[in-house]
Amino acid sequence: MRRLACGLAVFLALVQPAGAERMVTDSASREVAVPDRIERVFAAGPPAAVLLYVLAPDRMIGWPRPPRPEELPYIAPEYRELPEVGWLTGRGDTVNLEVLLQARPDLIFDFGSVRDTYVSLAERVQAQTGIPYILIDGTFANTPDAVRLLGEVLGVEERAERIAAYVEATFAEIDATLAKVPQDRRPRVYLARGPSGLETGLQGSINTEIIERVGGVNVAADPSGARRGIAQVPIEQIVLWNPDTVITWEPDFYEAVWKDFYWQGVDAVAAGRVYLSPTAPFGWIDRPPSLNRLIGLEWLAGLFYPDQVNQDLREVTRSFYDLFYHVDLTDAELDRLLQWAKGRAP
Amino acid sequence: MGLLVLALIAAFVGPYPLSPADALRATLDRVSGEVPPHGSTLDTVLFFVRLPRIAAAMLVGGALAAAGAAYQGLFRNPLVSPDILGVSGGAGLGAVLGIFLSLPVVGIQLLAFLVGLGTVGLVLLIAASVRGREPVLVLVLAGVVVGALAGSAISLLKVLADPYDQLPAITFWLLGSLAAIKLEDLTATVPIAALGLVPLALLRWRVNVLSLGDEEAQALGINAVRLRIVVIAAATLMTASVVAIAGIIGWVGLIMPHMARMIVGPNFDRLLPAAMILGAGYLLLVDTLARTIAAVETPIGILTAFVGAPVFLWLLARGRHGWA
Repeated sequence: MRRLACGLAVFLALVQPAGAERMVTDSASREVAVPDRIERVFAAGPPAAVLLYVLAPDRMIGWPRPPRPEELPYIAPEYRELPEVGWLTGRGDTVNLEVLLQARPDLIFDFGSVRDTYVSLAERVQAQTGIPYILIDGTFANTPDAVRLLGEVLGVEERAERIAAYVEATFAEIDATLAKVPQDRRPRVYLARGPSGLETGLQGSINTEIIERVGGVNVAADPSGARRGIAQVPIEQIVLWNPDTVITWEPDFYEAVWKDFYWQGVDAVAAGRVYLSPTAPFGWIDRPPSLNRLIGLEWLAGLFYPDQVNQDLREVTRSFYDLFYHVDLTDAELDRLLQWAKGRAP
Repeated sequence: MGLLVLALIAAFVGPYPLSPADALRATLDRVSGEVPPHGSTLDTVLFFVRLPRIAAAMLVGGALAAAGAAYQGLFRNPLVSPDILGVSGGAGLGAVLGIFLSLPVVGIQLLAFLVGLGTVGLVLLIAASVRGREPVLVLVLAGVVVGALAGSAISLLKVLADPYDQLPAITFWLLGSLAAIKLEDLTATVPIAALGLVPLALLRWRVNVLSLGDEEAQALGINAVRLRIVVIAAATLMTASVVAIAGIIGWVGLIMPHMARMIVGPNFDRLLPAAMILGAGYLLLVDTLARTIAAVETPIGILTAFVGAPVFLWLLARGRHGWA
């Protein structure tokens, strides 16, 4: 099988006209030769797919995982039916290299970690298939540069600049707001995951990155600092932490928490400050941890600091979805999206 | 008994600050009917979080140990655990399917329970339709195979699940945890587990006889086949019901009967209650550890494995001395 793949790669390389090439430097400081004109791009995972969809959707070969029915209306019509092509790296590696070759991508890229493991994976796939593979740093703070880098590689610098400028402006606004809010006035937030809301992201994890970026104090902290990812916590602990705000994207949990006896002792529930994050077409807080979280940032800023941030969530959402996701939302679609984003009266 | 003392101590251990004086006051309040309207937080934590959790630990530990003791007697093999007929694998499959389909918690538990029962039913069916002279062997083999099938199905679902939210939930469920236990879970599980316990308790002498072998049992007028089915059904009810609420917790059902046997001997009459008490106490201890060992909760299945595996190896090294 490996021989076949190599043979195919050699064959393809020989058969294709010797197109002009240029060198690009990716986030892991690798020098990679890419074709001048890149038409078909394979995004190695959901974070990369989001970035590609935002910047240059016409170059997409397919989705790593197919959009769910409720997400379809929020994706531009031309890209709803793209085939499922699987993931190449990170969690959920499902792509078959032969299938990858069959899709004939001009470029593979991943948007996320640039640690050694991923570098070695990129090198291996590149050597095996002959397709250039670049890694882009997915750290949230690096988003503007990541957008510019991909824009440069794909030749869509203008659009990339527009997106990057929007991101930078949003960051600047948030920082300006935070400067006006002292530490003790910042909300204490708990992110409720899983069917019973007892799973959460600890302080410093990528899952709660947005919440912390916008100044929220994540109550789920491991004092020893040893653990940083996802953890399960008993309800007792949540009652002890007593967050004044709870964020979730699980509709079942959202419905149940108001009537749940165990959660009544939590300030957030008593005050009606439990918010259901929209998730179409991509999650606003996470899922995947990519560019899609930007609208979540704006939403949370308005939620946490209503005095400082004067925001019409509907208009912000409408223009964001237009600029980023290429969709013009109808009022009904907006309503459905934002249904519980503002919480519920206690 | 020591178990009650242990339970009492465990009641005061946990993140929420609760002193014996507080607890006494809260208990008196409740008993005299003077509970503040929505229950103070202390009241909630003590009666609705900690005590149910302690009760659950004892229930799960006791049920698993009882099932383990019954199976070890039935199969005349000290290396048998309640999972041997695939009930844990099946319950795991049901729960993972529930998480995959984004069912509410009750749905997940129900699915786990039903699929767990169904798996053992399938195993019994297979064993019944295979004619041979080694019914017990066929049973075990069928259990292993069906359990492996369930395991493969779980792996398949893990691959298909959304890695960003379903997969962590699946992973945590499979590790086993008592963190999410609520009073309602107990009120649903206790009757079912009791339903499984009653036949086991009543048939204690017969299980003893069964451990002598089929021919001996037949000679003493016991229908080995029917008895086996009843014991399996009872033990499965107990196991499936506790796995549905607590996830997969291993090693208790394997090790505790051994410990009990070392203390009271292999007579099932005394082995059953002894195993249950030991199992309840052990799991209570481990759960208390799970709550306190680190700032953030450790899944209980990890801790039982860390303790259980070395003990198991030690038992193996000792050989079959002490059994029979």
